[in-house]
Amino acid sequence: MSLFDFFEWLGTTPWSIALHESRYAFLVVLTVHVLTLAVFVGTAVVIDLRLLGAALTRVSVSEVVSRLLPWSKGGLAVMVASGALLFFAAPLVRYENVFFRLKMAALALALVNVWVFHRTQYRRVAEWDLDPLPPRGARLAAVASLALWASIITAGRMMAYQDYWF
Amino acid sequence: MSLLELCRWIQYSAPLVEMRASPWLFPVIATFHLFGLAVIGGSVLLVDLRLLGLGLRGQRTGDLALESERWLIRGLWIALPTGVLLFMCFATKYYYLTFFWVKLAALILVLIFTFSIRRRVALAGDDGAGRLHRGMVAVVSLSLWTTVAMGGRYIGFP
Repeated sequence: MSLFDFFEWLGTTPWSIALHESRYAFLVVLTVHVLTLAVFVGTAVVIDLRLLGAALTRVSVSEVVSRLLPWSKGGLAVMVASGALLFFAAPLVRYENVFFRLKMAALALALVNVWVFHRTQYRRVAEWDLDPLPPRGARLAAVASLALWASIITAGRMMAYQDYWF
Repeated sequence: MSLLELCRWIQYSAPLVEMRASPWLFPVIATFHLFGLAVIGGSVLLVDLRLLGLGLRGQRTGDLALESERWLIRGLWIALPTGVLLFMCFATKYYYLTFFWVKLAALILVLIFTFSIRRRVALAGDDGAGRLHRGMVAVVSLSLWTTVAMGGRYIGFP
């Protein structure tokens, strides 16, 4: 069974149809998905700005990360859950959407970027914790992170417009 | 000229007609509007979480408030002009949407509140205002911003 067949089948399941045809549930999920952006990307941006030496330079990097990352993670969890429901409401439509695929690719890259940063630069954070301007590697990770979250927002917004363009 | 006539005049003025003819301009502007949302969200949360005794608890609220105010203003510089453009594109549609006026009212209220009461409480020092008082300021701020963002989502529905 190909992914296409699987998603086609998934879209015929009663819960998927119910969500797709619901009057309010779908809109509520969509609103939650967009509003959580402020929490999820908002806190991620603050961390990235600290890593770039552009904000909170008098606060240690580890304090910013340890205090704000839980909020970012919580936001991500809500994003993934609400996003999964939006996908579930119309699996084939999303799967066939070029911006959805770009968004998933950018999301994967963004998560790899976070993972690599925590495995490498952040391991030695004690050496540069109080530096107003963190080392090059950390700044690179922050730039990549900002660019990828911006791409994810862009692709997410553009998903609704694919039909107008292609 | 009534407000509706003004909206109609804006929406059907030559530059706006031109703008609507482009299939990508509106979504691109809407995307930048969302970038603004992320920056505003981060800077608002930094202070409101701190007022609630969460987030960067080890820092003085006043320091966070001054720092995040700069980023809030930058976020507003992204979100407000793009928001005005989005409004002008479909001015007559928004004129008839209650939620648009709710959003506008909440936005004006939250801006006044942020740069007056919330600013004063945040800068008063961490012992300047009682815990309940600080918490209430954060809850009012978060509720108003949530209303603004929710209004934004709802006026976009067809």
